[in-house]
Amino acid sequence: MKRILVGIKRVVDYNVRIRVKPDGSGVITDGVKMSINPFDEIALEEALRIKEKGGAEEVVVATVGPAECQQQLRTALAMGGDRAVHVQADGVIEPLVAARALLKLVEKEQPMMVIVGKQAIDDDNSQTGPMLAALWNRPQATFASKVELAEGKARVTREVDAGLETLEVDLPAVVTTDLRLNEPRYVKLPDIMKAKKKPLETLTLGALGLEPKQRLKLVKFEPPPQRQKGIRVKDAAELVEALKKKGLV
Amino acid sequence: MASKVLIVAEHDGSKLNPATAKCVTCARGIAGAEITVVVCAADAAAVATQAAQLTGVNRVLTVENPVNAHALSATIAPQIVALAGPFTHVFGPSTTFGKDLMPRIAALLDTAQISDIMAVESPTRFRRPIYAGNAILTVEVEGGAKVVGTVRTASFEGTPAGASAPIEKASVNAELPTYTRFVSVSAAKSDRPDLQTATRVVSGGRALGSADAFKILYSLADKIGAAVGASRAAVDAGYAPNELQVGQTGKIIAPELYIAIGISGAIQHLTGIKDARTIVAINKDTEAPIFEVADYGLVGDLFQIVPELEKLIAAK
Repeated sequence: MKRILVGIKRVVDYNVRIRVKPDGSGVITDGVKMSINPFDEIALEEALRIKEKGGAEEVVVATVGPAECQQQLRTALAMGGDRAVHVQADGVIEPLVAARALLKLVEKEQPMMVIVGKQAIDDDNSQTGPMLAALWNRPQATFASKVELAEGKARVTREVDAGLETLEVDLPAVVTTDLRLNEPRYVKLPDIMKAKKKPLETLTLGALGLEPKQRLKLVKFEPPPQRQKGIRVKDAAELVEALKKKGLV
Repeated sequence: MASKVLIVAEHDGSKLNPATAKCVTCARGIAGAEITVVVCAADAAAVATQAAQLTGVNRVLTVENPVNAHALSATIAPQIVALAGPFTHVFGPSTTFGKDLMPRIAALLDTAQISDIMAVESPTRFRRPIYAGNAILTVEVEGGAKVVGTVRTASFEGTPAGASAPIEKASVNAELPTYTRFVSVSAAKSDRPDLQTATRVVSGGRALGSADAFKILYSLADKIGAAVGASRAAVDAGYAPNELQVGQTGKIIAPELYIAIGISGAIQHLTGIKDARTIVAINKDTEAPIFEVADYGLVGDLFQIVPELEKLIAAK
């Protein structure tokens, strides 16, 4: 079956104002709204569109994380995912562990493509997609803004520092999504009801033969230094005056 | 154990990207580090010469192969991994080049990656921003593992040229996959300074209202020799091309002067400019969050103010 595997991550919602715990042991997540990482939503949307155009037959959504992640998997199923796989794991999941878990799922599911967000907006690591591609020894096309499928291949346009780069990759491949790839659909109430009946398989890292190995010690979290608040100028003339004085224009 | 740092050079085949000089500065923060820059290219001579001039570089390695004509991570990663053995650290810039490449290297080396290094505390301890810069995390690499990292370029000045390190050819024995092929790159040709390294940046947001209106910024930018940037909203709306986006998911920049015009200042945008020396905000909304970080704030209609600014600057 032509299958797309989409990796998603549960993160603090992008609208939440992040606060560091006073003891520096982390950021405050208690009672905070959690969502699917926005880039992963774009990944799922892209998979659904490929399926709707006949390019794939099944979209499987997977995540690695604690029990609460099932909320986000249900949301992903409500968006249109066919089934979900939850790899249960507590504590810090480093990108290399997530990539190894996804690789195990890849070996089982044999997808034609894996799509994940280019980065998660919590740790901003931007690692899991390329790490999976490396471990799988398959191509990667990161920061995608356009994905076109042809027989056994994909042509992917990437948002790079210089502009737009186009790569051709043999399938299967890993694609990571940038912001402008698509606009994810809204979930409708009937779809939420339907999603409750869709299959959601739960595994553990151990069952996949993996350990939640943590290689980086998180020493401390701190709030960032604040910029000094500046002054208001009354018009363009005063602004140019001030900038000239500092030698900036 | 003395630190030996391998830095993967970013280049376009003829010119070394300034991000590499910033990686060297970061590496020089590791006490006593011996620094090697590796240039993977079809013809590495020109780029290697530039890399050899960077102060603090002990040696430049060149890996020449026709497949290196384009920087494809799938082919470069195995070559770097083949060279990485004697090194304690492997660094690349936190540009789209490095973000694409370095995790592939880290995974092949079976080691963790530290993304966006903003400060070096010790050979194994580094600081990096998370949550769009709303928290700073100090991480420690344990157990003597190789440190693979991307360097947040906005946090470091480029090391100056002026040295002349020896250049050596390296031959690598690695199987290179052919499953990824370069097709094309479309980059707008521009005489303006590069956004990533410009000392002055004029940046526009949604309030510009159209791609046509956005052009008034180019005119102002040219007057002061600035690069042009844009908020995500302006890029999403099609007023400016993607490579101009500044912010968490675009470019992180640190110019001397940043002029934000019609940008409200979402947290995701602010994270891209917080290292700017001086921030100017022009916005008609007096409550816009951009004013919280601006050194100089001016409330008013940008369509009046921008032409005025241009005139006043020209009159100096």
